[in-house]
Amino acid sequence: MENTPAAGFTAVIVDGVRIPFQRSGTGYHNLSSYDLGRMVLEGLIVRSEIEPDQIDRVIMGNVIQDVNTSNVARESALGAGIPNSVPAFTVSMACISSNQAVTSAVDLIRTGQAKIVVAGGTETMSDIPIRLRKNLRQKLLEARKYKSPKDWLSFFKGVSPYDLLPEVPSISEYSTGETMGESCDRMAARFGVSREEQDAFALRSHQLAFKASYDGLLEDELIPAVVPPDFDTVVRDNVFREDTSMEKLSKLSPAFIKPHGTVTAGNSSAFTDGASASVIMEEKTARDLGLTPKAYLRSYTYVSQDPCEELLLGPAYAIPKVLDNMGISLNDIDIFELHEAFAGQVLTVLKALNSDTFARANLNRSKKTGEIPLEKLNTWGGSLSLGHPFGATGTRLVTTAANRLHKEDGTLALISACAAGGQGHAMILERYAG
Amino acid sequence: MSYLNIEKEDNIVIVTLNQPEAKVNTLNEELIQGFRLLLDKYEKLSIDGIILTSGKENNFIAGADVEMLKNKKAPEEIEELSRTGNALLTRLENFNKPVVAAINGSCIGGGNEVAMACHYRVASDSSRTVFSQPEVNLGLLPGGGGTQRLPRLIGLQNALTYLLTGKNIYPRQAYKMGLIDELVHKDALLTAAKEAVVNINSRSFKRKDKRSLVHKLAERTPAGRKLIFSQARKHARSKTRDNFPAPSKIIDCVEEGYENGIKAGLEMESKYFGELAATPESKALVNLFFAMQGAKKNPEKEKARDIQKIGVIGAGLMGSGIVDVSVNNGYRALLKDQTVKQAAKGERVVWQNLESKVNKGIISAFKRDVISSMITPTDSYSGFRSVELVIEAVFEDLELKQQIIKEVEKVVPEACIIASNTSSLPIAKIAEASGRPGQVVGMHYFSPVQKMPLLEVVETKQTEPWVTATARQVGINQGKHVITVNDGPGFYTTRILAPFMNEALILLEEGISIEKLDSDIQDFGFPVGPAALFDEVGIDVAAHITDVLNPLFSGRGIKPDNKSKELFEAGFKGRKNKKGFYIYGEGSGKKKDPNPDVYRFFGGEERSEPDSGSVQSRMALAMINEAAWCLQDEILQNPTDGDLGAVLGLGFPPFLGGPFRYIDRMGAGKIVDRLERFEQELGPRFTPAQILKDYASAGKLFYS
Repeated sequence: MENTPAAGFTAVIVDGVRIPFQRSGTGYHNLSSYDLGRMVLEGLIVRSEIEPDQIDRVIMGNVIQDVNTSNVARESALGAGIPNSVPAFTVSMACISSNQAVTSAVDLIRTGQAKIVVAGGTETMSDIPIRLRKNLRQKLLEARKYKSPKDWLSFFKGVSPYDLLPEVPSISEYSTGETMGESCDRMAARFGVSREEQDAFALRSHQLAFKASYDGLLEDELIPAVVPPDFDTVVRDNVFREDTSMEKLSKLSPAFIKPHGTVTAGNSSAFTDGASASVIMEEKTARDLGLTPKAYLRSYTYVSQDPCEELLLGPAYAIPKVLDNMGISLNDIDIFELHEAFAGQVLTVLKALNSDTFARANLNRSKKTGEIPLEKLNTWGGSLSLGHPFGATGTRLVTTAANRLHKEDGTLALISACAAGGQGHAMILERYAG
Repeated sequence: MSYLNIEKEDNIVIVTLNQPEAKVNTLNEELIQGFRLLLDKYEKLSIDGIILTSGKENNFIAGADVEMLKNKKAPEEIEELSRTGNALLTRLENFNKPVVAAINGSCIGGGNEVAMACHYRVASDSSRTVFSQPEVNLGLLPGGGGTQRLPRLIGLQNALTYLLTGKNIYPRQAYKMGLIDELVHKDALLTAAKEAVVNINSRSFKRKDKRSLVHKLAERTPAGRKLIFSQARKHARSKTRDNFPAPSKIIDCVEEGYENGIKAGLEMESKYFGELAATPESKALVNLFFAMQGAKKNPEKEKARDIQKIGVIGAGLMGSGIVDVSVNNGYRALLKDQTVKQAAKGERVVWQNLESKVNKGIISAFKRDVISSMITPTDSYSGFRSVELVIEAVFEDLELKQQIIKEVEKVVPEACIIASNTSSLPIAKIAEASGRPGQVVGMHYFSPVQKMPLLEVVETKQTEPWVTATARQVGINQGKHVITVNDGPGFYTTRILAPFMNEALILLEEGISIEKLDSDIQDFGFPVGPAALFDEVGIDVAAHITDVLNPLFSGRGIKPDNKSKELFEAGFKGRKNKKGFYIYGEGSGKKKDPNPDVYRFFGGEERSEPDSGSVQSRMALAMINEAAWCLQDEILQNPTDGDLGAVLGLGFPPFLGGPFRYIDRMGAGKIVDRLERFEQELGPRFTPAQILKDYASAGKLFYS
């Protein structure tokens, strides 16, 4: 069935789950992204009741690669007991990696290449690969060619004590050398987003996540994780802080630009470990299996801009584009799920969308896109409070948006996210009627 | 097609063993004859050497054909068989050209003896390759030179361990100890074997002594060896309590070979082989072996439906054990308990077992992950919509079990089988709560599930044949020997255990001490005594079983002993709460001391010394008679299941073959006489089953 030209296949999301997201160094500190990936896939298979051998493809997003499991999708799938006859691949697009996993699934289905695809993402920040210095690395590779013990004498020639110190990777843009926090801080200043606004948005996120967690709103998307070897159970996200307040947030000093910066640890997303996965199917296949899809996956888009000046502004470009694709406006959207890298970043995006000047200067449009009403935005918390495992956030946005369509009785949902490299993504979901 | 297929490559004769119309190669008379002709032919031809290999996928030679032993009745005939074999293998050993065994798959018993007579052994590192001399488990000894060649290859102390336990030797161990000379991957076997022929011919191969220094020193002197033999004898006696004749004979043969040379050793081996094969113990064990083989096959296989996903309810000892044997044999399992935390504890048990295999190098860490991923601990029925078999393993409470059936049936698919792991509650009673009673069946596992080889499948009058067939198939796939019995209180195993345990309580009331009671019963051949068993099973469970079975026994005028209930009400539960017939303190695993507190329920600490024979007789006959009642009441569908159930589930002495084999051996008449004597002395609990009287008067056998 691969390569047969076929049109008119519609992709739907049937189910989506994630293991609870954990602040790095806590619940999953002993596990690798492979472990998290296999746990979420196992849970998804059992929960969604699909037969593993019916899966056509497994796609996982992942950002910080572990060289031992560079195609982490494959290892996770095998580890979860998915038959070895199911191909699996890993995609990497910074914070929108698992969005790319989902849209790759959509493409495979639309082109008739697949009927059932598992798309997700996995990330650990607790076990990032720490490398040896370049000089030492090269020496070690050279040493593989050594023949006699005497050759080893030459090993330390030209190696300084500094070379023996390991190198911890930094979270900065490769092209600009700037960290994301710095960039966000500059951008917020440019758009006039105040520290108070940012802290207030962060507080809102934590409060909403707390409420969602304890009101059971997340029950549908969460599966418990049991962590070997002691099999401690993790049933709840642990990034949100229910006890935070404006007072506490305002006391924090700027994390990136000192002394006048506005981005703090309190209004940024935290290093998080987690994994998410969804079942994307061709609509008729789902129906034939007796499954009720949650939502149609409609139009989607990817955009990219200057990684220096507009690193995190992607949604401001992607959202109008995807709305245009569907011929609808912001007012038609009932549910918004925006990735919250930083409070300052979300607020900047909201301002840009609501600015005629921005529309004219940057989008080549005469009028602004419009205002996203806060009461429709991230009502179950966001990346600031639920956490942000880079490779796994995208599937969370899609799953939560689909679930919110049902809980909040909406028709259309819009998700959007920014990513390192100055890229962005947006997608529209339509509630499945049936 | 003939057994031996001969090709020649590079002037080396490659002999491929491929027993016609059989799944595995066995050592039978055809093969022996084939070997003889082979040696005759190539002795005089100018070839470089011979390679023995197998045409079967995962099997070299799976041992001697046990049927062949069964057909030879007289000890002399069997002795002769061993002598012929030994003469031939000695000829092979002394053959004028190198003979190399290229082994992939199981190399068991006689197969290993053939391999050991070759000049060189190369084996594959496949997980299916395994070596052993399991004859001891059939009450026999390795009658093809095993007692002589194994110690010469791996050392005296290592050899005694494997000869006396029949344990498996895996390829890496085999290489480390020196049983094999080379370890290669499966596809390199022939290349390596050919190279070995060349190396032996050019005299560039010399076998290294791989024994440890300690072993070498101890085994070098006659005094050191004497000590080793005397310790082995002592250990064997304490383990077998002189019920198994084989171990001491095995030690004799090994010693003879060491002190008087291999020829004398082989001579003794053949003689004892014949003697042992004629013992009733060995006959019983051989019959048991066949019965066990039978219980690994499903006569109704075509009726069984395919099961992929099993839901287990209750993550306790039993539930996690059932999940363990399920996921290790290819099933996906949902493990449900009240909370995810409790359910996860069950998964942890499985993980720990896998982890210990990883540490021993038996499986990879990745394989552990894959198997562990097959288990999903849960606190809800989400995921049960696609489960094809649910096994409940919750507390023994009828209402609870009925409630669970109702809950489960709301979510599972129409064709889902509901099995109960109850050990005593009648399945039909549990099925009353079901909307589809035809799909309710009993699957009675034994604790610890991972180790105990028996599954008792219980069918009610309503259970549909496909349901029983499927339950049976699942059990076989889980590695169990399966018996199928009809429903009733306590089914078969629990029902025959009850009078046995009841008798133990009565004996205690009469004054026997806990240690004497247990020791007498162990001397009789049970692996543990009844008091220790009470503690293991749980006194609370025993009390519950007494309640469940009470109506049945009162119907026969028997008044069950209420002591287990009294003990339970006084807070004694056995090992689980460290309060039972024995004292459980810190440092468990050591020998336990009896708990004198218990004696206040049994007439004080003053104990008497009843005659061991009569204690054993009363205990054993209580169980045997009840087994006969079960056959008469049509709980049992045949005596074979009765024997298997008693031996594999309850530890009935295997060398007696099971209750029905034992009755046949003693004669039903004699059993009835003894029961009637006890009946007069001790009451109606010993009233013989009518079926026994019928068999006695007709002179009939249960196995004819």
